Amino acid sequence: MLVSILHRATGTALAIGGGILFTWWLAAAAAGPSAYASFHYYAVAADPGDGLGFAVNVLARLVGIGLTWSFFQHLCSGIRHLVMDTGAGFELKTNKLGAVATLVVSITLTILVWGCILFVRH
Amino acid sequence: MGTGTGIGRVRGLGSAKHGTVHWWHQRLTAGGNLILVTWFVVSLLRLPTLDHKAVVLWLSSPFVAVPMVLLTVNVFYHLRLGLQVFIEDYVHEEGSRVAAIVLLNFYVVAAAALAIFSILKIAFGGVPA
Repeated sequence: MLVSILHRATGTALAIGGGILFTWWLAAAAAGPSAYASFHYYAVAADPGDGLGFAVNVLARLVGIGLTWSFFQHLCSGIRHLVMDTGAGFELKTNKLGAVATLVVSITLTILVWGCILFVRH
Repeated sequence: MGTGTGIGRVRGLGSAKHGTVHWWHQRLTAGGNLILVTWFVVSLLRLPTLDHKAVVLWLSSPFVAVPMVLLTVNVFYHLRLGLQVFIEDYVHEEGSRVAAIVLLNFYVVAAAALAIFSILKIAFGGVPA
């Protein structure tokens, strides 16, 4: 029940938030270094002294973590749906286990990716 | 006009004359996304930095630009199918539903066109370093 509605919610979040962010990133890269610099400034590395820039930065980071989790959750429940499309995994116990597994895997992968971004690469 | 047999209806002769194509394409693009988006996420994490120079250099390789174009088409087609179902299920008033579907199509076509043009512009060397 929860995982099923999460598939739709995360899909919608990725479609709108992820789609806009992806396109903004590519268009900024194609527009040139100064357009890209403003994308990079607000999305990643604003000057800590700049209140607005820093606030947007924190917000972007929260959105980034949310989209990362949405991506992994949508991926896992998507694979679960493909398995269920074959007619497998409808027994109550197996089904419940699969649903819980999508949450465990998506949260673990999100922590791994953001641990890597925040602590390994910088 | 008869309703036909069950198998005849799903083979493209149902009420919308599209049978199971929507359902099947949603699965087909899901499989494509599984490969392409995993490649994309791993590639981004492997880039040393995400500054302009690094991203442009990365995108200028044909083995990056082509998968990126394929990814854009696949992702936007998949999300168009998904959001269409979302709208059809939750927007009940007919006028708003039609308007939402039109907006969705505008968004998908505009964003995908902008993304693909940007990838190709970089790949064909149009950005000064």
